[in-house]
Amino acid sequence: MDDEMTIIVFSNDLDRILASFILSTGAVTMGLKPTMFFTFWGLNVLKKEKATRSPAGWIKKMMSLINRRRADSLKLSQFHMFGIGTAFMKKIMNKSKIPSVPEMITMAKELGVKIIACTTTMEIMGVHQDDLIEEVDNVAGVATYLSTAKLSKVNLFV
Amino acid sequence: MKADITLDCYGLLCPMPIIKITQKIKEVPVGQVLEVISTDEGIKSDLPAWCSSNGQEFLGIEQEDDTYKGYVKKIKD
Repeated sequence: MDDEMTIIVFSNDLDRILASFILSTGAVTMGLKPTMFFTFWGLNVLKKEKATRSPAGWIKKMMSLINRRRADSLKLSQFHMFGIGTAFMKKIMNKSKIPSVPEMITMAKELGVKIIACTTTMEIMGVHQDDLIEEVDNVAGVATYLSTAKLSKVNLFV
Repeated sequence: MKADITLDCYGLLCPMPIIKITQKIKEVPVGQVLEVISTDEGIKSDLPAWCSSNGQEFLGIEQEDDTYKGYVKKIKD
């Protein structure tokens, strides 16, 4: 049996997301079975462009309005510079043939990386399962994460 | 070094070379040698690491200017 690996994806910064996917896809090539657990801001990466339903309650409505980052519109944690820095970074990445975040998600899935969305975050942020991209394998909580983490040789928090 | 199959990873950065190697090695028959062409300097360390993790034989790396040619012998399926 393959050794397991877990990555908690907490952030939705472009740089951290890229690092997370480089680690998970790289892990497959090294004989590991990676699970990525997307929580808090990281959940934005798994959201569809448009929500099918508006969350109940005005606070959640406001949050979903502000929380608009998606896999294809993430920004760098540094050097964003009102979008100029991130645009240049994407240009350089494209030139270096580094996959974009949506391409990374597809590639990770093809390689067998497991993608889990955190249910608590979904509840807090007012995100329904229908609003998540189809690459999500499962929605779950901390017990699911820890049961895999206990068996894993590598556990990361990004 | 003589190789049976060549994989071109020219211009690709980490982790793409090792992902492509992992996919390509499936097509290589046991006993044959895979040549990997890469411009990523990390390959010098990553290829032997990949080989030891995957139980394949690392035969060495040759460097010509900014291009690296790595050789892997497939010793098991």
